Amino acid sequence: MEGLIHQEYPVEKGDYTSAGQASADMKRRLRQLGVSANVMRRVAVASYEVELNLVIHSLGGKLVFDVDSEGVSLISKDRGPGIPDIELAMKEGYSTADDEARSLGFGAGMGLPNMKRNADGFRIESEVGVGTTIEMRFLLS
Amino acid sequence: MTINELQALLQAKNQTPDVDAGREVACGYTCDLLSWVMAHGEPDMAWVTVQTHMNVVAVAVLADMACVVLPEGIEMEQEGLDKATAEGLAVLSSPLSAYEICGRMAAQGIPPRA
Ligand SMILES: Nc1ncnc2c1ncn2[C@@H]1O[C@H](COP(=O)(O)OP(=O)(O)OP(=O)(O)O)[C@@H](O)[C@H]1O
Ligand SMILES: [Mg+2]
Repeated sequence: MEGLIHQEYPVEKGDYTSAGQASADMKRRLRQLGVSANVMRRVAVASYEVELNLVIHSLGGKLVFDVDSEGVSLISKDRGPGIPDIELAMKEGYSTADDEARSLGFGAGMGLPNMKRNADGFRIESEVGVGTTIEMRFLLS
Repeated sequence: MTINELQALLQAKNQTPDVDAGREVACGYTCDLLSWVMAHGEPDMAWVTVQTHMNVVAVAVLADMACVVLPEGIEMEQEGLDKATAEGLAVLSSPLSAYEICGRMAAQGIPPRA
């Protein structure tokens, strides 16, 4: 499988102003490749949710974006604080977002479920005090 | 219905005069929780929200929406408008409440989804 795109995006904690830029760039690149509207939309939803979670909940991290001839891979890796109960975090409506995030319209507790619903493959691993890694895969056809 | 026609229907001010107002609006939605909108946003949608910060533009653009409609005379600040204009997203500011805006759009036959 030939790699068509490999891109890394650092995402900082609390950086609401540039939040969404990594997702927008990924979408632009997928459009240039002529990827279908359906795949582009699903990647856009998932990448935005995972990017915003880094801004809102993590201590900072990065997104790694790869496209090959069969699909799109998106990996989010952060430096903590980790998720104590992943099953609970995956429930629709569960959120620990603070007041600032809520005042901006975040904190519906829909981000992780949105990612899972839109990705063809979804894996989450987390260790408290170490960090969270989320791997998503989207098939082109 | 075009953005121009929607602007008239909602007695709104177009805050993005440089965006193509001849674009068709395919459907409508209202919500202020961004993940909710992320889950339900559709291409060419008119999204009614009281949120005005930069992430509103990001969400609308990622979903390929046609316009954001701000109720109750709320206006978006210049930074957001510049970004919206660069991305081809229209921003309308209407004196009506979100309830009345949606009521008028629905009465004109704008569906909940495309
Ligand atoms: N990278 C992360 N690091 C630490 N905790 C996280 C991370 N991502 C998610 N969480 C935890 O999982 C919860 C659920 O995340 P989810 O994205 O579903 O909802 P939310 O971000 O709180 O709200 P929304 O995404 O609807 O704006 C968060 O409130 C947070 O407690
Ligand atoms: Mg989230």
